[in-house]
Amino acid sequence: MSQISAWDRVTLARMPERPKALDYINEIFTDFIELHGDRNFGDDKSIVGGIARLNDMPVTVIGEQKGKKAKENMERNFGMPNPEGYRKALRLMKQAEKFNRPIITFIDTPGAYPGMGAEERGQGEAIARSMMEMANLEVPIICVVIGEGSSGGALAIAVGDKIVMLENAVYSILSPEGFASILYKDSSKAKEAAENMKITAEDLKKLNIIDKIIDEPDGGAQEDFSTVAKDLKQYIVKEIKELQKFSKEELVEKRYEKFRRMGN
Amino acid sequence: MVIDKIKKVNKAEKSVKNEKASDMLIGKWVKCDKCKEILYKEDVHKNFSVCPNCGKHFRLSARRRIKQIADEGTFEEIGADILTKNPLNFDGYMKKITSLKEKTKIEEAVKCGTCEINGEKVVLAVMDGNFMMGSMGSAVGERITLAIETSIEKRLPLIIFCVSGGARMQEGIVSLMQMAKTSSALAKHNEAGLLYISVLTDPTTGGVTASFASLGDIILAEPDALIGFAGPRVIEQTIKQKLPDGFQRSEFLLEHGFIDKIVERKDMKDTLYNLLKLHSLK
Repeated sequence: MSQISAWDRVTLARMPERPKALDYINEIFTDFIELHGDRNFGDDKSIVGGIARLNDMPVTVIGEQKGKKAKENMERNFGMPNPEGYRKALRLMKQAEKFNRPIITFIDTPGAYPGMGAEERGQGEAIARSMMEMANLEVPIICVVIGEGSSGGALAIAVGDKIVMLENAVYSILSPEGFASILYKDSSKAKEAAENMKITAEDLKKLNIIDKIIDEPDGGAQEDFSTVAKDLKQYIVKEIKELQKFSKEELVEKRYEKFRRMGN
Repeated sequence: MVIDKIKKVNKAEKSVKNEKASDMLIGKWVKCDKCKEILYKEDVHKNFSVCPNCGKHFRLSARRRIKQIADEGTFEEIGADILTKNPLNFDGYMKKITSLKEKTKIEEAVKCGTCEINGEKVVLAVMDGNFMMGSMGSAVGERITLAIETSIEKRLPLIIFCVSGGARMQEGIVSLMQMAKTSSALAKHNEAGLLYISVLTDPTTGGVTASFASLGDIILAEPDALIGFAGPRVIEQTIKQKLPDGFQRSEFLLEHGFIDKIVERKDMKDTLYNLLKLHSLK
């Protein structure tokens, strides 16, 4: 693994050309059919989801989707979901459970969107509900942090049996800028904050928050995307096979214990 | 009785205006930050720490809240030995905690235990905004989870009074994971068919709103409490305009369908008791 600073990884994690959720979905899976809407308010384009095949096995895939160009980023709200995004994700996850499909989620967000409409429609409730329901789903869940995993907006779709991070992805309570603005009263100290926050894959593996790191080439995943995707696919296939050996009850209990020991 | 109290307080208030300013300094008086009236502290305390003039619900310590809700002498604390940790070795954090403990005489931002409410047994968790703004780090997450598990084990209803600035920054990702931990514990609690009442008080925001605060079978709130995921300042910076009055207040949440009922503090114990009775199996 390359030795670069936490801030360098933040920069890599945010690069516009870095592969996004749909890139991984299209590379790793076949026959992807995107499904839309939360059946309640609307269709949030900052979260994509649907059914696909992993080799032969039908699975449900969900991802926080950023854009690569300005126009797509506007459409995707820069990967910042509104409550209906989380409710769509939850609907698809419940559907996966009904049809006994494993779930794979891709996390890449600067955070849940802090807008007026989001508050009016219950952003907090949407995130809380998603985590609570994920804890009880009786199918294997694998969560992959591919870019920025920031705050509750990331965790909302990251309550799984295995948590994987790409080498240059970051996962944190808040963006380094937000953290610096709260604790150092100066958002320009983001670099310093990033070093102290323990947000890199390596740090989080040591803290036992994540299970696996997928290596990236120098310069980031886009430099050799097919190899990164191939390694990730291999890991997902292997872990789903392992997780399918457990009974439904064991699966849910193991997931409970996984989060139960965090910070204990 | 309460009306009598208020009348008495009103009298006290009027006389206050003639008192010398020096009385303010000996700490017998407080100024309501909403209506700006000068109030006699003792009378405010007797009035459930609610402004007798405008009804503003002042923030309560966990100790006082427990006194208002639990039958006298029934509260037995659980998880008191779970204390603050510094998982990121964050510079200056433990020093801050130590001095805060000395100043506030409290150990962490939540106090949990079993108690009775008019004779009904419950598990009660009460957050305390005086400690790190009620933020949730590993100790708060662990205490709340333990309270939920105790409630499952003893098959008792669970009540959580929330007040929080959100997840505790100094514990970083470990604080974030407490949201998943407490929500997972509530998933179990829900499966067990047990009652969970969440009570939102001023302010309930961030990671606490986005976890256990929003997951009650029944969600109550005190009047005019700030309740939201993102803080008002962050929203204003995002949308680059000022938020309308009352945005993210209890009444706003009631209107948008996210809480069941607004309950004044003087009625809280009776309301909880009534709800508990409606769910008791006997």
